[in-house]
Amino acid sequence: MKLLIKNGTVVFPDGTKKCDILTENGKITRIADKINENCDTINAQGKHVFPGLIDMHVHLREPGFEGKEDIESGSKAAVAGGFTQVCCMPNTNPVCDNAVVVTYIKHRAAEVNLCKVNPIGSITRGEKGEELSDIGKMAAAGAVALSDDGKSVMDSKIMCLAMQYANDFNLICLAHCEDANLVDGGVVNEGKNSTLTGLKGSIRATEDIMIAREICLSESLSIPVHICHVSTYSGVQLIREAKARGVKVTAESCPHYFSLTDDIITNFDTNTKVNPPVREEVDRLAVIKGLKDGTIDCIVTDHAPHSLKDKQVEYNLAAFGISGIETSFALSYTKLVKTGILTLAELADRMSAAPARVLHLDGGEIKEGGTADLTIADLNEKYVIDSSKFISKGKNTPFNGTEVYGKINYTIVGGEVKYSNN
Amino acid sequence: MLKSKDLLGLLHTDAQEITEILDKAAHLKTFLCGKSKCGDSLKGSTLITLFYENSTRTRTSFELAGKYLGANEVNISASSSSVQKGETLIDTGKTLDAMKIDYIAMRHPMSGAPYLLAKNVKASVLNAGDGMNEHPTQALLDMFTLREHFGTLKGLKVAILGDIKHSRVAKSNLFGLSKMGAEVWFYAPATLMPKDIDKLGAHVARSMEEAIDGADGVMGLRIQLERQQGGLFPSLSEYSKFYGVKDAMLKYASKDAIILHPGPVNRGIELTPSLIDGQTSRIEEQVTNGVAVRMAILTLLKEYRENNL
Repeated sequence: MKLLIKNGTVVFPDGTKKCDILTENGKITRIADKINENCDTINAQGKHVFPGLIDMHVHLREPGFEGKEDIESGSKAAVAGGFTQVCCMPNTNPVCDNAVVVTYIKHRAAEVNLCKVNPIGSITRGEKGEELSDIGKMAAAGAVALSDDGKSVMDSKIMCLAMQYANDFNLICLAHCEDANLVDGGVVNEGKNSTLTGLKGSIRATEDIMIAREICLSESLSIPVHICHVSTYSGVQLIREAKARGVKVTAESCPHYFSLTDDIITNFDTNTKVNPPVREEVDRLAVIKGLKDGTIDCIVTDHAPHSLKDKQVEYNLAAFGISGIETSFALSYTKLVKTGILTLAELADRMSAAPARVLHLDGGEIKEGGTADLTIADLNEKYVIDSSKFISKGKNTPFNGTEVYGKINYTIVGGEVKYSNN
Repeated sequence: MLKSKDLLGLLHTDAQEITEILDKAAHLKTFLCGKSKCGDSLKGSTLITLFYENSTRTRTSFELAGKYLGANEVNISASSSSVQKGETLIDTGKTLDAMKIDYIAMRHPMSGAPYLLAKNVKASVLNAGDGMNEHPTQALLDMFTLREHFGTLKGLKVAILGDIKHSRVAKSNLFGLSKMGAEVWFYAPATLMPKDIDKLGAHVARSMEEAIDGADGVMGLRIQLERQQGGLFPSLSEYSKFYGVKDAMLKYASKDAIILHPGPVNRGIELTPSLIDGQTSRIEEQVTNGVAVRMAILTLLKEYRENNL
């Protein structure tokens, strides 16, 4: 089976170039100025061809919370958002802390057959922070990383042992950084706006203390660690300094942290409630700077779909999280590239190559012989985000009504068109 | 004329509306104190007091304000309501709305809850205190009491002392008094001072003397005893020693200064008994004024409803 993509502007690590791409049997077989082949053809004239986007931090909610999302709806939303691969967090019910759940997720994803779904196993059994999950068995079943996302492993000894044990199976720990004592029920960033609204705030140190601990463990053990959804300027600086002295730490952040500040919480809209919370302008600018200089390696969504009933309640009672997988590319392009901060090649790195590097995934670059995972987007197309049109079951976004550029036209996984908006 | 169907907080209430409420309250207080009929301008309307937290004075004050104006009045407390059965706030509100009620005075432990309710009901929502956010009717009665004594709020200095961080009263007073041209000074231990409150217009004092220096109003705030267990201060006696207002402190205040407290008071903790019961205290007067202010708000909201809904 062949697919020819003609006349597109292709995004390579060293810049963009207008050329054609031929894929055969799931692989890219030729990249050349002009290719003529009698096969299925996509005319990408005026559009950009990116390496298939990879979101290494999503919540697909299955098994257990199918009212919020399931592997089918989440996969459909992912390919509509331009993603060819996602990595799903283990805070399901039951928790993905054993090979059976890993296998189930992979099996369901294969049935759905849209994007690649890579399960992340929990670090500790039941995400309770007490004893290690079946790390080796999960690795053998296909887990690509470990995380107790939603909370930190508060016991430093357990985290230390987990990192060591997991490293033998080539699994990296993805650390949700939040000091469980210091957060003390905080639901927003502590500052002027928490005071204005009377919503309980948590200070940056709640996140930074755990970032610092993971860096210390990584440095002591000389084992890589990855910091999830960085939201504080001081956290960015901790990671920058650690990288400078050679610590094997990588990091990610999300569109809401580089697009928004906590000014959005003042009307008590529960769609703004996310953990860690959106913070202040100084933090937003630091996240952008971190993405530019490579301190923050990856852009992820932390796609956290919720049903209406989880959000149409008092702010304190509302679930944390933003449904982000369908808006990530457009927000990243609009806020980071169109503003002149990142090049297209850097955007492709943060959204594809970097997550592939961190997790040793197949993908991230358009090259002959590589897997034919490709995302084609029209960067000139302007549109307004309308959550009612989301494919995800989760309509929870603070970006409803935001004008963005960058429409996904095709998402191609293994040489097959899995999404097209034509 | 008020500008919205609800009174959710003073953050979004302007000086003109505040003045109108205080003027109306002054008018109604003459009836209230004269024991003559306050009128029956709310006859045929129904006021619900929906309280998710315990309260004696605020709830009774709302109840009586409604009754004195001829309204039907029904109390719902969380313990007897369907909250226990897991009903959401929106569903509770819609159910009450369907019974054709007009006003809901709600107290709720969570900040912002009245906003959620107001968006989902046709009735007018009066915030009777939400979490750490606002308690607008309390601030209005404080402002009424100050204006009654000094004739104006413009140029006054008001010192508010104690647990500012958890105090919706302090917040509403800050928003309201600032709009009326008064200065608001806060003094509290750092653990009970909300972050960046100065960015919202408050003056943060470094000592109690600085807060009270030249103050026209000195307001103590109730310290919740469970805050000590939360580690926010070491002991009640230490709190009282360093943050309780003593009689001698009054020498720093202006010569006409009055003492205020939203109640209930921990005697001898935030204020000494002699300050509570002394000549300068307006704590009992505040309670009377609370009824007048709540009557005024109900009357003005009724006018709004007649003209806009």
